[in-house]
Amino acid sequence: MDNSNSMERLYNGLVKENPTFVLMLGMCPTLAVTTSAMNGLGMGLTTMVVLALSNMIISLLRNIIPDKVRIPAFIVVIASFVTMVELLLEGFIPALYDALGLYIPLIVVNCIILGRAEAYASKNPVIPSLFDGIGMGLGFSFALTCIGAVRELIGAGEIFGLHIMPDSYVPCAIFIMAPGAFFVLAALTAVQNKIRINGERKGKDMSKIQSGCSEDCMNCNEKGCSHRFYGEGKESGQK
Amino acid sequence: MIKDLLIILISSSLVNNVVLSQFLGLCPFLGVSKKTNTAAGMGVAVIFVITLASAVSGLVYKFILERFDVTYLQTIVFILVIAALVQFVEMFLKKFMPPLYQALGVYLPLITTNCAVLGIALTNVQKKYGILTGIVNGFATAAGFTVAIVILAGIREKMEYNDIPESFRGMPIVLVTAGLMAIAFCGFSGLL
Repeated sequence: MDNSNSMERLYNGLVKENPTFVLMLGMCPTLAVTTSAMNGLGMGLTTMVVLALSNMIISLLRNIIPDKVRIPAFIVVIASFVTMVELLLEGFIPALYDALGLYIPLIVVNCIILGRAEAYASKNPVIPSLFDGIGMGLGFSFALTCIGAVRELIGAGEIFGLHIMPDSYVPCAIFIMAPGAFFVLAALTAVQNKIRINGERKGKDMSKIQSGCSEDCMNCNEKGCSHRFYGEGKESGQK
Repeated sequence: MIKDLLIILISSSLVNNVVLSQFLGLCPFLGVSKKTNTAAGMGVAVIFVITLASAVSGLVYKFILERFDVTYLQTIVFILVIAALVQFVEMFLKKFMPPLYQALGVYLPLITTNCAVLGIALTNVQKKYGILTGIVNGFATAAGFTVAIVILAGIREKMEYNDIPESFRGMPIVLVTAGLMAIAFCGFSGLL
């Protein structure tokens, strides 16, 4: 496999189709665990590991899995990796395990993972699928770390636990609580809207930028999320 | 016993509201909250599915996973059980209770594997709830979801005619509303 293709997959996941900033997928963990930059990074990397490995295995099995049962088969693969990662975290990084709690097993229903399996890994060879998973995972980690850093900075005056704001700054604790997550995401989607509106005025195709998953965290890949992954998902809509 | 159940009922539905403080089931919360009656329909379907799913997953956990000492398989087993259950419920309602199916049918496929359903099955296990307590917890959580989504839908209906800045139209203003609701729901934390 040529090098440029792998690099292109990484770039695609990090920038062009960033799962959080551009596609707005997998919002539940994005809001729930970004109380600090560290938690965001931990969640992002955990998701990346699951995404890369499940992409790889699904790509290996893509010719064996019958089309009709592909979704349950993908879910079993993803759930197996999530269970492994969960047990590893519990054993080796208990602090992160405690901080992320329920949201580790819930990686299973993160629609980025099933969306990638459906839109990319089930149609492409192993190495690009692996890099696709790593790229998407890095994009997700980057986004979660940024959101976590903003919330931590405003809510506690710190980033990665380092005191940054001057002592006179009074932390606005609501930003590390649940409402703050909604406000940060609201600001983010407003910026996204602004970019899209400006882009449309200039006549660019901005249809990929969307705010918010419409119906369901996981099923959206069938109902129309995977079309949001540039072009690749179009044929997957037809059975 | 009754007192414990009552505490769970209040804490799961209001204090630790599933959407507004735990962010589970966010996608239907934002996606299906444009009109109050669809929101209410979604809410009822969620109550139905989550209560049933917590009962079934509780039974599966107690009589299969614990019995054979394979509790580490819970994530895999739960998600498959829940997906199968929702499919089954859909078929059952279609065949035997057509009026109910017409009311809830549209929403059922949307919540097949809503993260709230799996989330509650896992919470019940994590908190070591028994089967009855688990069912009550599931029902209360889903009721909390319904309350939140109906309120949001009501606000969104009113908001439709307001003059909102261009970049805040659509999702951003809904998220701001949800944030304000989350602040309001923080007030319930004094209840317990």
